[in-house]
Amino acid sequence: MVDTPQTGHDAANPRHPDADPALLEARAWFVREVLPLESVLVQFLHHSWRNPNDIADLRQEVYVRVYEAARKQIPHPAKPFVFAIARNLLIDLIRREHIIPIGAASDWETLNVTTDEPGPDRNVIARDELGRLQAALDRLPPRCREAVILGRIETLSRREIARRMGVSEATVTEHLTKGMRALANILYSEPADLRRKP
Amino acid sequence: MRGEETALMQATAAEQIASGWLERQHFSVWSNEDRAAFEAWLSQSPSHEVAYLRLEAAWSRTERLAALRTSVPEHADIPTMQRQAMLGGLVAAFIAVILVGLGAGILLSGPGEKTYATALGARQIIHLADGSQIDLNTDTVLHTTFGAHQRIVVLEKGEAYFQVKHDASRPFTVIAGSHRMTDLGTKFLVHRADANLEVAVVEGLVRFEAADGLDKSPGMLRPGDTAVATANSILIVRKSTTQLANELSWRKGVLVFDHTTLAEAADQINRYNGKKLIIADADAGRLMIGGTFPVNNVKAIAEAAQDSFGLRIENRGDEIVISR
Repeated sequence: MVDTPQTGHDAANPRHPDADPALLEARAWFVREVLPLESVLVQFLHHSWRNPNDIADLRQEVYVRVYEAARKQIPHPAKPFVFAIARNLLIDLIRREHIIPIGAASDWETLNVTTDEPGPDRNVIARDELGRLQAALDRLPPRCREAVILGRIETLSRREIARRMGVSEATVTEHLTKGMRALANILYSEPADLRRKP
Repeated sequence: MRGEETALMQATAAEQIASGWLERQHFSVWSNEDRAAFEAWLSQSPSHEVAYLRLEAAWSRTERLAALRTSVPEHADIPTMQRQAMLGGLVAAFIAVILVGLGAGILLSGPGEKTYATALGARQIIHLADGSQIDLNTDTVLHTTFGAHQRIVVLEKGEAYFQVKHDASRPFTVIAGSHRMTDLGTKFLVHRADANLEVAVVEGLVRFEAADGLDKSPGMLRPGDTAVATANSILIVRKSTTQLANELSWRKGVLVFDHTTLAEAADQINRYNGKKLIIADADAGRLMIGGTFPVNNVKAIAEAAQDSFGLRIENRGDEIVISR
C-alpha cells in the first residue's frame, strides 16, 4: 500500500461517491456471487438452447434480470435464483418465438445443475489465481497478449505500448479491448479445469 | 424481457462499448467529461451496467499479473496517466498479493501487506492509495493487505475509524478476531479490546459477520447501529449522532463524557496514558461525570472528581488514586 493522499481523480471507479448503498451492494453482490456461477450457467444454456450463437446474449439477459432483481432485494442464496431466472428466460423465449429447445422444459429440472452444492473452495481459488491468470493470458491471440502484457504487467501507457509494438494507438486500443473481453470470457465463462490448461 | 424480441441483440454491443470505456479509463487521461459521458452510458440500461461490471471485475483480477514482472519499477518511472489510474482507486501495480486462507481469517504476509501501529496516547491518520482513510487511535496495531479484488484490514488490537472509498469490485473488509466487517460505502469505527469488539456505523452500511458459532449474526449495520460482540454474545444498540460524535472525539485528541461513570471514564483515559487513574472506592466509581478532557491529561479528570464530589486524590508517580 502506498500512502498517497487522495487526489479526487477516481479513474478506475466509475461509481458515484454518493451512490445509493443498495446499488453499491447489488454491484458488489453481482461481482462476488453471480459472476463465479458463469461457467455453470453457460453450460446450462448450451445444454438447453439450440443455437450456440445465442449463448452470450442469453447469459447477458440472465444477468440483466438477476441484477435488476438484486437492485430491489439481494436474493440469497444466489445460485438457485440465477438458475430460476435462466429457466424462466428460456420459457419466455420459447413461448414468444415458438422455438423448440434441445431438451423439453421438463428436462431442465433434472439437469445436472445442482443448486445447493457448496461453491468452489475460495481458498483454493485464491491460491490458484495467479496460475489461472497466467493460463488465461497465454490463450490470448499473440498481438493482443503482447498489448495486455505491456499494459498490465509492464504498466505502460497506450502511447508507450504503441511505440513498443510499432502500431498506432487506435490499434493498441483494439488489442486491449479485445483482450479485456477475451479475458472475461476465459476467466468467467469457461470451466475452471479448462482455464488451467496452458 | 424488456424491449421484447430485440433485447437479445444488444448483449455483445454492450460488451464492445463497455470494453472501450474500460480501456479509456486505464490507458488514457480520464477527464471529467469522459466520466460524465461514461456515467450517462452506464445509467442508460442495466445491460450496460452488467456488461461493464463483468469486464471490470475480470480486468481487475488481472492486476495481480504484475507479480510476474521481473523488475519492479520505482513509482516515479510509471507514466503519469498510469499513476493517475493507480491513484484513482487501483491497487499500485507492484502490489501482488496472494491471499490465502481468508475464510479462516488467516493472512499470509506478502509484498502487499503493511503494518501500522500507534504507541500509547498516539494517533495516526493513514491515507491509502485507494482514497480511503484510516484513523488509528492509541495503542493500535493493524495490517492492510490490498489485493486486486480484495482490500483486507486486520485489526489486531486497539481502535480505528474507517472512511472507506467504496469499490464494488474490491470489497473492503475489516477482520477483528473472528468477526468480519465488510464496507458497503461507509464510515465506521471498530474498537477491539481482547475478545471484545465494538463496531459503530456512522455512515453507509456495514455487513457484520460474527464468528462461527454465534448464531445471532446481526447482518447489516446501519448508521447509528453499534454492535457489541464478546467471545460468545452480540448485542446491537442504537446510538444517537451525539453519542457517535463523542465516541469519535479522540480524533480531535479529546474524550467527551456525558453521564459517564467515573470508573468508565478512568478506563477510557487509561487507554491513552502510561500514568493510570485508579478508582480505589467502588461507590466513587459509580459517580457520574461529564465534560471534555484532553486524552493525555489524567490529572484533569482526577481534579474534576475532586472538585465536584470532594473525593481525595493521591498522586503516586505512575498512578493517581481516587478515593473517598
